[in-house]
Parts: sequence; C-alpha cells; structure tokens
Amino acid sequence: MVSAPAKFSIAGLHVHYGKLCVLRDLNLDIQANEIFTVIGPANSGKTTFLHALNRLVDLVPDSRLSGEVRLDGVDIRCGLEVEALRRKVGIVFALPLPLPISIFENVVYGLRMQGVRDAAVLDEAVERSLHESYLWDEVKDRLRSPAMNLSGGQQQRLCMARILAGRPDVLLFDEPTSGLDPISTARIEETMLNLKEKYTIVLVTNNVAQAARVGERTAFFLMGDLVEVSATSKMFTAPADSRTSDYITGKFG
Amino acid sequence: MTPNRLRKLKEWFIEKAILLSGVFSVVFVLLIFLFLLREGFSLFRGESVGDFLFGKSWYPISDPPRFGILPLIMGSLLVTLGAAAISVPIGIAAALFIAEIAPRRLKEGLKAGIELLAAIPSVVIGFIGMITLGPWIKNLFHIPTGLTALTGSVTLAFMAMPTIVSIAEDAITAVPRQYREAAVAMGATKWQTTWRIVARAARPGMVAAVMLGIGRVIGETMAVMMVTGNAAMIPSSILQPVRTLTATIAAEMGESVQGGAHYAALFAIGIVLFIITFLINGVADIYLHRSRR
Amino acid sequence: MSARLAQKIAFTILLLATLLVVLPVIFILGIIVAKGASAISWEFLFSMPRDGMTAGGIFPAVLGTLYLVLGAVLFAVPLGVLAAVYLVEYSSDNWFSRLVKLAIVNLAGVPSVVYGLFGLGIFVTFFRFGASILSGSLTLGIMILPVIITSAREALESVPRHFRTVSLSLGASRWQTIRHSVLPHALPGILTGMILGLGRAAGETAPILFTVAAFYLPRLPQSVFDQTMALPYHLYVISTQVPGIAENVRYGTALVLLTLVLLLNLAAIVLRSRFRRKKKW
Repeated sequence: MVSAPAKFSIAGLHVHYGKLCVLRDLNLDIQANEIFTVIGPANSGKTTFLHALNRLVDLVPDSRLSGEVRLDGVDIRCGLEVEALRRKVGIVFALPLPLPISIFENVVYGLRMQGVRDAAVLDEAVERSLHESYLWDEVKDRLRSPAMNLSGGQQQRLCMARILAGRPDVLLFDEPTSGLDPISTARIEETMLNLKEKYTIVLVTNNVAQAARVGERTAFFLMGDLVEVSATSKMFTAPADSRTSDYITGKFG
Repeated sequence: MTPNRLRKLKEWFIEKAILLSGVFSVVFVLLIFLFLLREGFSLFRGESVGDFLFGKSWYPISDPPRFGILPLIMGSLLVTLGAAAISVPIGIAAALFIAEIAPRRLKEGLKAGIELLAAIPSVVIGFIGMITLGPWIKNLFHIPTGLTALTGSVTLAFMAMPTIVSIAEDAITAVPRQYREAAVAMGATKWQTTWRIVARAARPGMVAAVMLGIGRVIGETMAVMMVTGNAAMIPSSILQPVRTLTATIAAEMGESVQGGAHYAALFAIGIVLFIITFLINGVADIYLHRSRR
Repeated sequence: MSARLAQKIAFTILLLATLLVVLPVIFILGIIVAKGASAISWEFLFSMPRDGMTAGGIFPAVLGTLYLVLGAVLFAVPLGVLAAVYLVEYSSDNWFSRLVKLAIVNLAGVPSVVYGLFGLGIFVTFFRFGASILSGSLTLGIMILPVIITSAREALESVPRHFRTVSLSLGASRWQTIRHSVLPHALPGILTGMILGLGRAAGETAPILFTVAAFYLPRLPQSVFDQTMALPYHLYVISTQVPGIAENVRYGTALVLLTLVLLLNLAAIVLRSRFRRKKKW
C-alpha cells in the first residue's frame, strides 16, 4: 500500500535558543489537507515548532535549527528562498496583528512585495481571499478604511485573508482564538474547517476542546519533547502516554 | 525571474549601504583624530610634549615663538570650574523640581523652555553676555574690564544647564515608582522621599548629567571667546580676563600660516580638546548605562 | 524644625533654582526682541550690506546660512538614517554595534571648534575644496550626524516589533519590511531629528569659521565652491570685529538668527508631541 507523500516531513529536528534547547529530536509527518493540531502546556515548544516550519525562528537572535524539515520533499533551508517558503507557509498569530494600513492594503501586502502591480489581479485577490475568510460581506464597502477599526474577530479573519491572497499551501495557526470571544472563535473554527479542502492546516492551541473539535490528528508536546501523536479521536479517548491523559483531563497545564 | 534577480541585486546594494553608514560613524571619529594628528603632529618635532602642555607662555607670533598652553589650560579650567560651581547645584535642583514636584502641565512647559535654552546659538548667548553681563560685572566689582573668567563662567553655566537638567531629569524619572511608594508608606514626607531615596537612586544618572554638562562647557567656543577677554596669561583671580583652549583656536587660526608651527600648535590644542572630551564622554556613557540598569 | 517646614523650604529653593534656569531664556528673548525689532524690515532681510556693513541688510548672510544648512542636511540625513537602520534593524548586540554606538556618543561630544579644525584639515586642505560652501556643509553635516542618528534610532525603536514579524511572515524580504512596514511609521520621528539638526547647524559658528565663512562678500555665492557669509558668523563679526555698528542692527541680526533657530526647534517639539499623541499602536 502506497500512502500519499507527506506535505511536511520532519526528521530529527532540534531548535536551540542560545544554549537553551526548546525543541528536541522531533520526527513527524504532516499530511496534505489535514488539520493537524498541536496541544501542550505553556513553554512546551508549540510556537517554536510552528515558527520552525516557515523559518520565523531565524528572527530570534542566537537561534539554531538542526535536523531536517521538508516541504513537498524540498528542504526548507536550502531548497528554496525564505521569502518563497513564507509565501507557501502562511501564519496567523495568537493576537490579531493587522498592519496600520487599510484593509485592502493589508490583504495585498504580500502580493505587492512579490512585485504584483496589476490592479485587476490585486482586486481579484482581495475579493477571493476575503470570501474565503468569510469577511467579504462585512467589509466590502470599506476596503480603504483602516484595518485597525475592525473588531478583534474581524481582524483575525483579515489576517487569514492576508495569507490566502498569496495562494499558500499550508496555513499555520498559533492559538488564533486565544484573544477572542466564543462567537468569534466559532467563526474562526468554522472557517478553518472549510479551508481544509484546499489547504493543509497546522493549528497550535492551548484549548484542548478546540483540538478535539477541529483536529484530525493531534500531537502533544511537553517541554520540548513530542510525547505522542495520533488520531485526535484516539488521543482523547485512549491516549498512549499517561502524561497526555493527565494534561487532557486537566491535571496540569 | 529577471525582475526578482534585479530586486535581489538592488537589496544587496542597499544592505551594503546600510552597513557602510554604520561603519562611517566610526570612521568619522577616527578621521577626526587622524587629521588633527596629521596637521598637529609636526609641532612636536621642534617642541616636547611636556613643554607644550606645561609651558607657561603662549607667544605664538614672537621670535622665537613660545607654544606653552598651560595658561590656556588654566583658563579653560577656571572658567569650567566656575561654570560647574554655578550650574551643577542649580541644574540638579531644577531637575528635581521638574521631575518630582512640578504638576504635569508646568512640567511640559518647563521642559520645552529648557529645550529652547539649549537651542539658542552660542554666538547669541555670547552676544548677550558681552553686552549685558560684562558691563554689569565691571560695575559690580569696579574692575577695568567686565570680560573676565567670571563672566565666562556665568555665561557657560547657562549653556551647561539644559544638558544637566534634561539628563538628570531623565535619571530621576527613571527611578522605579515602588521606591517612592515604599518611602511614603513608611511615613516620609515628599521632600524626604525625594532627597533621601529618589535623588540617591538617580545618582549615576546625575553624575553622567554633570559630566556631559562639563563636556559641553569645555568644548564651548564662541560664547566663551566673546566674554572672557582673551588674555593668554595664567590667571590669579576669577576677575581677570582669561583665554580658553577653544577660544585660542578660533581666534588665531585665521592669522596662522598653513603648515607653519603656529598652525600646527593650534591643531595640537585640538588634539588635547579631543582627548579631554573623549574621556569625559566615555566616562559619562558608562554612568549613563549604569543608571539605566 | 518640623519635617513639614523643611519640605516647604526645600521646595521653595528648588522652585527658585528652576526659575534661575528658565528666566534667562525669557530675559534673552525679551531683550533681543525689544532692542532688535526696530531693525527688522523688508530691506534688512533682503538687501546687501552697505558702508562697511554699518548699513543695508543681511541678505547674503541669511542666504548663506540657508545654503549651508541645506547642504548639511542633504549629507547627514541619508547617512544618519541608514546608520540608525543599521543599528536598530541589522546589528545584533555585538562588539561592532557597541563600537558604532560609542562612536556616535563621542561624535556628539566633540567640541564644535574641533569640527572646524577637522573640516579645515580634511575638506579645505586635503580634498582641496578650499574654504567653500561644500567644505562648510560637510563639516556641519558630520557635526549634526549624532542628532540625526539618535532621533532616527528612537523613532525606529518605537515601531512595534510585530510589524516586522508580520511583514516577514508574509514573504517580504528584510529590506522590503524596513521600507514598507518600519520606515513609514518612523517618519515623523526622523523628521523631528532632521529639523533639530537643521536648527543646530543654523546656529553654529565655530565649525564654519575656517571652512567657509566670509567676513564680507560683495556678491552672492555662485557655486558650492564659493565662500559665503553666514548669519551666526556675521553676528560675531559685527558685535566684536567691526566698530560703529548701530545697536539695533546687532540686535536685529541676533533676532533673525534666534527666530530661525527657535522656530525650527519649536516645529520639532510640536511635531514630536503630536506624533506621540497620535500613535495608534
């Protein structure tokens, strides 16, 4: 039986910040078009894991990455330029972080940096990506107004649209709903479920219930180690490791 | 892929330009020192460093010329000490008032006023000192001329004040709130807190403020040249005219012959000034870093 | 003595000290305006000096100062802003960036007359620019470099980290990130530094003494290799070197110089405080 090639294949990945080891010997495959969730307590290396996938860890002074991460079989460190990697692997941060420019300009920022000037192309990208993030109807009449005027939930969906405009392969979500109310959270989760048709999604969350709601497979990180990875339903019913069950049932974290 | 290549090339050049601009600040400091040496060093072929620094007479155009800068050093020292004696207590007191006591709006106004004082060109301050302060000192002490070391000290005190006040004020404001709260909670009055706790905690920053103020005074040229009377003699009293290192350069460069010994001697004075201010600023910087910690 | 009384006395002393610092500003402004305003006229500002500078106007000095200041800013702003970009955006805390910072501190502390010597040695003599607007502008430019770098650094540092992270995460290169997501938001602060630099350059005399300033010139400068008169030097000349100049002409010249410098500084103060208030992040 031949399984489909993995979107991301990670082998022996270590990340150090100076002398501190924040991610230890990680071996993991992420399949195309799945929602892969990562759970774990604070400082378990979840965010570092996400940032390793599009090399945002490079921004941390003294950070060191060793081991191998392949995207569609291509090594992300020597196989393609970092700008191209980040366009393919977009990220939504924990807080909604729109740039202090208009809604329109936020969405087309990445395209403009690629050198796209054609107004028709930009308009098309804005409309398409705002539809995909379910924001179009709320903002179509005020695309030129400042993004800062949107509500928190709208801003977070704008941040999704901003990535989608560049037609990425993978979407990384770093606790995207941690600052939002339950209704906005539900909308973001619904959006993610719809996006998985076209994209591979990696979701880091400290909300175990969220992982259970949207994840297909789940990994549990603890202090830089991958404790276990399995189908979400299995992890929440019969975890292999006692630390996983302790975390899920709320004994710590 | 060509536009992308072009962009990469453009960015490569920009990033090199950025790095180069950082390098330039270092290069400029080196160049300043190098060119002072280049023009000034020839003096020391005919003159020993000791005679230059400690020689008691500065007669650059007599025959043979004498290039002893001790009178100029004493002039600078006297004026600077006088200015420090006036500006340090007043400046620190004003900084305490502005940082701890003045209400918000007054504080903003005072800070703007001090910034304006810092902005007044030294030639304007020299002009006012010469025309108002000089005659006043002359009449007050019944001396033949009002252009004296004291006039210079008073004038320069005002030029040092903005530096001292603003940097000391920063240091005082940076003292953590908890210090004040703890002191007040133990029953200290506001003044006791300000004097015994806050002023003490802000001391490194205040030292830096004083040093930078003194650095400004030593390097000040135009105002000091206009108000000190410019007599190159070792002063015996603060009511005598003096001539400072800076004023000597400014006043005599025009009459010196390029490449001559006088010309070189003026650059050698520049070396002395450069080294003095370099040391003062270096030490002040160390204290500033300590106060930020 | 009770603690209350001690406090009252102490506060009074501090208040008096503060007044001693601030009142001279008012005194200087007051006396210059009072005695100089009568000299100010269209003719004074825009005509050539006559009769050994005892009559006529100060136009060549005003124009010369404008040339010098523009030249200085043209040189120092690009260099200073790029140096600030290096320090904030490119360097980590290594020995070299510490060296650069130390150099900037020392540039700020070099006495203005030493800048004059430096300009004489390097631009006038070594590069053979002669005493000229070019030499004077470059000398002033290096002198104001620390002002420009320091303000630009503060402005760049006040732009939140996450603007950079977001921009990079969207596939922008490092320079694109700086160009589109950092510099535009630091612009008001950079402008403030530029205006402060302008004011500083306009008022300085010692750096231009040996590099450009002319005692008196019968005609306006024609190129950057010409000497020029300049306002601060002109004030020095007419107040110490030339006898028989009417008092109100001296005060009037001081008033023009002071107005120019203070207006620039006031503009910088206003710009900065509005920028701080308006900030939306």
